[in-house]
Amino acid sequence: MSAVTGLSFRDSGKLGLLLLISPLLLWLSLFILLPHVDLVMISLRERVAAREYAFSWSNYTAFFTEPLYWRTFMRTAVMSILATALTLLIAFPVAFYIAKMVRGRFKALLFVLCLIPFWVSELVRTYGWMILLRETGIFSGLLQWLGWVDQPVEMLYNDVAIMVGLVYTSMLFMVVPLVTTLEGLDDSLIEAAYDLGGSHFRVIWDVVIPHAMPGIVSGCIVVFMLTLGNYLTPTLLGGKDSLWFTEQIYTQFITRFNWEQGSAFGMLLLILSSFIVWAGLKLSRQSFTRVMT
Amino acid sequence: MKNLFKTSTVVLATALAFSAPLNAETLRLLTWGGYAPQEVVDKFEKQTGIKVDVTKSNNEDMISKLRATRGSGFDLAQPSQDRITSAQTDFDIYKPMDLSKLDTDKFIPSMLEATKKNTAINGDVYGVPHVWGTSGLVVNRKAAKGVADYTDLCKTDLAGQVSYRLKRPTLIGFAFAMGEDPFAAYADTDKYAGILAKVEAKLIDCKSNVKAYWSGGDELLNLMRSGEVNAAMAWDAGGWKLNNENADITFVAPASGALGWIDTFVLPRKSKAEEAAYKWINFVMQPEVAAMITEAAGNFTASQGSDQFVNEKLKAQFNESFPPKDIDNIKWYPPVPPGLEEMEGKVLDRVKAAQS
Repeated sequence: MSAVTGLSFRDSGKLGLLLLISPLLLWLSLFILLPHVDLVMISLRERVAAREYAFSWSNYTAFFTEPLYWRTFMRTAVMSILATALTLLIAFPVAFYIAKMVRGRFKALLFVLCLIPFWVSELVRTYGWMILLRETGIFSGLLQWLGWVDQPVEMLYNDVAIMVGLVYTSMLFMVVPLVTTLEGLDDSLIEAAYDLGGSHFRVIWDVVIPHAMPGIVSGCIVVFMLTLGNYLTPTLLGGKDSLWFTEQIYTQFITRFNWEQGSAFGMLLLILSSFIVWAGLKLSRQSFTRVMT
Repeated sequence: MKNLFKTSTVVLATALAFSAPLNAETLRLLTWGGYAPQEVVDKFEKQTGIKVDVTKSNNEDMISKLRATRGSGFDLAQPSQDRITSAQTDFDIYKPMDLSKLDTDKFIPSMLEATKKNTAINGDVYGVPHVWGTSGLVVNRKAAKGVADYTDLCKTDLAGQVSYRLKRPTLIGFAFAMGEDPFAAYADTDKYAGILAKVEAKLIDCKSNVKAYWSGGDELLNLMRSGEVNAAMAWDAGGWKLNNENADITFVAPASGALGWIDTFVLPRKSKAEEAAYKWINFVMQPEVAAMITEAAGNFTASQGSDQFVNEKLKAQFNESFPPKDIDNIKWYPPVPPGLEEMEGKVLDRVKAAQS
């Protein structure tokens, strides 16, 4: 008798668990898994005639044989890595200052200042940069007013403009994890390091950075993925030479009606970016679970 | 009592929620900016009781949207006449028009016939004409002298002051300006590829002159307005709009011929308000209403006799840009055969990737 009740109790427990995780399972399968399966299916076919498709690897081979696509991807990856490194360089002192040097309301204020730009959409922020950087824009006007240049200068439509926009857009996603990990660092450890005669550089390199490593790596992963998958900023700020891989995917889907090629590019972006993140974790000797929790 | 009150509230609320969409018929229109101005929409709703939901779009976007939903989500769309048969053959997103439901006498006969011919598949007509116009050059005559044809955009003294789109009209325009006839080569893939190769070399060579490739009409207007760009390849209406603000800027029909387009009405395959769609077409083809659309879009319509309702300024601008011989020289887009756009796409990709 007791065994039976025990069983039914266990069953209802199972049912409860099933009910609890079903939204998650539905979400994962309907919105993540199924679309990706469909993406793979579409990427593995080729249009032979109107409304007729056949199995083919050609969309994937096109990526490796057409230098344009391959180069665009490499360019995007290299620029994203560079943008991530720059973001880290700028965000680290900021995060250290917020986490260690200030207290109380001022600290909250600084945090909010980092957050405020994200209250408007990315599109508006990017247009803001366009107003600042364009030939008839504010920076150009300021330089002329100061007398440093004697004619309008164009600062928009180049790789530096893309980089500025990308770093600005992803700053918050680096600052937040860094502040969180740095706050966990006991101040007395830093003091002890100085007491033992460490220079500024040694203290940062041997004490602060090793402790902040999980924050650095998780910030880098988030920023890298956001940058690699960014569409607006490179397209609007980059002008005629922008060439971003997501732009290539958009073009294949929307203006070329070539869903097959676009899907293949989408899958390749997923695979290659996952590989880069994996390589980054291996190089920094961090594990994904440790970094993400 | 309290219960009854609660129940009746719920019933009433439900009834209201369901009756709203039943009472007001809606026409979901997929169109270009300016083709359905608010005053026309209001007038139509007052006359027929049908609400109009306007979504602004462009050729590629329209086809992609309808392809993704297999022809549902909209009741009436307005792609250009040359892009209908290829999209229909490949994706089956439209349904044939019932011409008997249209007041065909309100259309300019030659334009109606041409569109019917260009949008027919196996005898079924898919499109009727609405707005037409051309693309050519928009030039600031003071700052950029001597720009008479597309290839003049590549002159060295215009370096950094030029803009055009990286889309198929640019390829076609440059091909004509280089003395080729791309439309005649539509059926001959090899010959077309040869022409494209020549255009590709020219566009890569010309890239250092380009300030930025524009993608939206407003973007170009801003570049011209601020004086950052002085010569561009663009639509006539944009040029006339700028002419209203700055008399130096206007639309110039290129020596090799402006490219003529006709935007049409087509029915998406799963259109839910077909009757409303026909009503809308008949409504906007009335000369007075067509003139209102001309005012908003800056382009003339296929409505017979609507020009007499259009203001004198636009007519004067049109006549200045198009002396009679230039009208005869307009190159009207023939339907694009399937497959060509893929070749063009690769050319555009390579131009974009080239180092200037």
